[in-house]
Amino acid sequence: MELYFETAASLHSMLKNKKITAKELTEAVISRIDATENEIGAYLTVTKENALENAKKTDEKIAKGEEIGFLEGLPGGIKDNICTKGVKTTCASKILENFVPPYNATVVEKLLGVNYSLMGKLNMDEFAMGGSTENSAYKLTKNPWDKERVPGGSSGGAAASVAAGSAVWSLGSDTGGSIRQPASFCGVVGLKPTYGRVSRYGLVAYASSLDQIGPVTRDVTDAANIMNIIAGNDAMDSTSSKKAVPDYTKSLVKDVKGLKIGCPKEYFADGMDKEVENAVRAAIASYKDMGAEIVDISLPHTKYAISSYYLIAPAEAATNLQRYDGVSYGARVDGEDIVSLMTNTRTAKFGAEVKRRIMIGNYALSAGYYDAYYLKALKVRTLIQQDFTEAFKSVDVIMTPTAPTAAFKIGEMEDPLKLYLQDIYTVPINLAGVPGISVPCGFTQNNLPIGLQIIGRPLDEETIIRAAYAYEQENNWKDKRVGGEN
Amino acid sequence: MRYEAVIGLEIHSELKTNTKIFCGCKTTFGAEQNTHVCPVCLGLPGVLPTVNKKVVEFAIKAGLATNCKINEYSKFDRKNYYYPDLPKNWQTSQYDLPIAEHGYVEILVDSEKKKIGLTRIHMEEDAGKLVHSGTNIKDSASSNVDYNRTGVPLIEIVSEPDMRSAAEARAYMEKIKAILEYIDVSNCRMEEGNLRADINVSLRPVGESKLGTRTEMKNINSFKALEDAINYEIERQTEVLEDGGEIIQETRTWDPAKGITLSMRSKEDAHDYRYMPEPDLPPIVTTKEEIENYRKNLPELPDARRARLEKEYGLSEYDASIITSSREMAEYFDGVIATGADAKQAANWIMGDLSKNLNADGVTVKDSPVDAKRLGEMILLIQKGTISGKIAKQVFSEMWKNPDSPEKIVKDKGLVQITDTKAIEGIVDEVIAKNQKAVDDYKNGNKKAIGALVGQVMKASKGKANPQAVNELLAKKLG
Repeated sequence: MELYFETAASLHSMLKNKKITAKELTEAVISRIDATENEIGAYLTVTKENALENAKKTDEKIAKGEEIGFLEGLPGGIKDNICTKGVKTTCASKILENFVPPYNATVVEKLLGVNYSLMGKLNMDEFAMGGSTENSAYKLTKNPWDKERVPGGSSGGAAASVAAGSAVWSLGSDTGGSIRQPASFCGVVGLKPTYGRVSRYGLVAYASSLDQIGPVTRDVTDAANIMNIIAGNDAMDSTSSKKAVPDYTKSLVKDVKGLKIGCPKEYFADGMDKEVENAVRAAIASYKDMGAEIVDISLPHTKYAISSYYLIAPAEAATNLQRYDGVSYGARVDGEDIVSLMTNTRTAKFGAEVKRRIMIGNYALSAGYYDAYYLKALKVRTLIQQDFTEAFKSVDVIMTPTAPTAAFKIGEMEDPLKLYLQDIYTVPINLAGVPGISVPCGFTQNNLPIGLQIIGRPLDEETIIRAAYAYEQENNWKDKRVGGEN
Repeated sequence: MRYEAVIGLEIHSELKTNTKIFCGCKTTFGAEQNTHVCPVCLGLPGVLPTVNKKVVEFAIKAGLATNCKINEYSKFDRKNYYYPDLPKNWQTSQYDLPIAEHGYVEILVDSEKKKIGLTRIHMEEDAGKLVHSGTNIKDSASSNVDYNRTGVPLIEIVSEPDMRSAAEARAYMEKIKAILEYIDVSNCRMEEGNLRADINVSLRPVGESKLGTRTEMKNINSFKALEDAINYEIERQTEVLEDGGEIIQETRTWDPAKGITLSMRSKEDAHDYRYMPEPDLPPIVTTKEEIENYRKNLPELPDARRARLEKEYGLSEYDASIITSSREMAEYFDGVIATGADAKQAANWIMGDLSKNLNADGVTVKDSPVDAKRLGEMILLIQKGTISGKIAKQVFSEMWKNPDSPEKIVKDKGLVQITDTKAIEGIVDEVIAKNQKAVDDYKNGNKKAIGALVGQVMKASKGKANPQAVNELLAKKLG
């Protein structure tokens, strides 16, 4: 297999065993970027020098016989809504076109602590609003499996880069499915941790009560290793959990005997693509063969999840995005007075979908509508949370498709409502605050990846990692690479 | 028709914490522009707030000191509005679950006690400061923002519309100021904007219980402006109503130079703040035990101190309330009597010559050139008969300019009272000889006539003679 297609774990051992140098690997990834980036468009900023500098240091350490950390010398990408000090962080928006953060997100500080190698900043839907990366103000990202199709979103660049071989690993963010759905579309692993497991400090807020940072990788082992680095309490994030972080690699065992798997009937309903359904059902059957127990369950409030999400998220977004007003951050369209300066700037610099959600959010929070919309949505959210609490009394994990279809064509989802419905299986997980992982579970006849979503109890990433790992070991989907290489 | 004014105050008070409400930046006033800032208080993309526990503690203390119920479960909310001094374009404040509610304070106006209700006390962050190239944001070619004040902790104390006059409003604000000073949660420096009030004023016919339409005046930061603005607004509204007009609900601005209020914006322009629970901060949970603990550790408050001064020293209610109206004043009083000086004398001197001099020089009691110890020593000289009360006024004036001890001043200036009868006798004889009419009056039974003679002796002795000794001597000589 080409170096740039290897998993992080295998590259890490090759480095340690001096089979390759970090320089060779980094150069291989850079050539891959040069070869594919014009077509794929995963990156908004490429930091070649930085990656080469890191490679040099890593090789020196190895030469001196020093231990290296898991991510040292392995070029990875970070979604462009996670603040990187000194490196532009645009959120794929014109309003932050020239924003260079003067500080690092906590996850970036943690990565720096283990000498990670930054390859660049990854494309996304503007401010993480969207499910196809078509809402980026800068460029389209294409699905490496079929360049007429979208990579999913909003972490489209994070998933496409890992699938295309232009990043060994990446970090994305997930507010309503933004890690898991693109992972599913691009045939890679995407983990959305429990709300509060990974610090949000430095993640440019879209919907604060739903946002979480998580890894996008080529297999479950890589995801577990990255979780070990980024998870944990942060004094800068009051919503981060104080619970101790386990060693997630200890969950990398192929053992699901007696594991109780819930299959919610509401997630296998009308409108689901037949090929997706078959693949997911086959995956669940494979668990049965491995000794797990399959239980039919119900999450009765699932049907209200999309409407609830599309009130709560826009309401939070409407306030979170108020700071972009032309006063700070450089992007400014002048006006006669301060009000017109703000209006002109926001009108010109925000994209259509961002403006749509700001309007929905402000409407939902307006005097006279608050109770009918926002407050009601919060109540529905509580019911959805209770659905999961109830279900987890009888099962250990819940399995569903990650998305109702495989990757769709660029331009296919012009109707925003149609696109919102794409989030139907991922959104409830954010509303409930529980962890979810998407692992490849097959391909359509058109050779498009399909993802299996495994949902766990709050702060029980270990069980979903174990379940995902067991499946991955039993089935070889993860070894399939773009371009038929195997 | 006769009208009654209905007044309510929203008082904003900056808390004297070392650091800001949601980050570790300093709160010091007057620093170089934009030096006390960080990504968090600048509201940069991606930052999150963390609550300064001291702020919660101070707000709870303020609530307890004003007889409020402390909410065990309280939360922060986003108050959304666009203004360039507000980097996030929302103010993190509290909406439906403030830290404290349903309190009251007692005020004393014209010897009458009155309870003023407190609706609530909530915590919030202050905004930054705009520095305009012109006089205001509308006529300026450019404006700059100083974010040093952004995130300085505030409490907002909202009163019930229980006040009926400017004097009551002033007494209420003075009481709030005193309480905040006593519990040591705010510097209450009004000139620095530590303490400022938004005033709501409406009128209604006497006897009517329904509230009239109100106007609001924002950011009043002196007691004089508070009284003047309210009095002006009462007059203005009375005229409008008497002319058959209607009061428009609006925000008006107080122009201290012209002594008038001007319309700023009407209700139609009012913001819809689109309040939303702050998702980045978990609710503030305070246990009953914690609340009781704060209550137990509250220092003596103005009302209790006033009652104690009345009881322990026999001060009048009025005197005691003036002395206890500020913590500094009350502590000054304690300092004076600690020297052994008589409490009533101490009260008289503090409320008389000391206050007069402080006001004239525009200094606070803390910075008084005559400290409590020296005033006490001076009063002791009166008590011992070394100087007369009249001479003491001279001594006090000298002490204001001269850091020497009162004893030294008395000695240097030769102001020691003459109690030696022999030394006074000559003057007394002289006065008797020169004032035959007064002597005759006295001898004819008009005992009051001796007063004039005493006055003459005092004058002739340049105030140094002991009036009591003079009295006795005169009485003896006149038989």
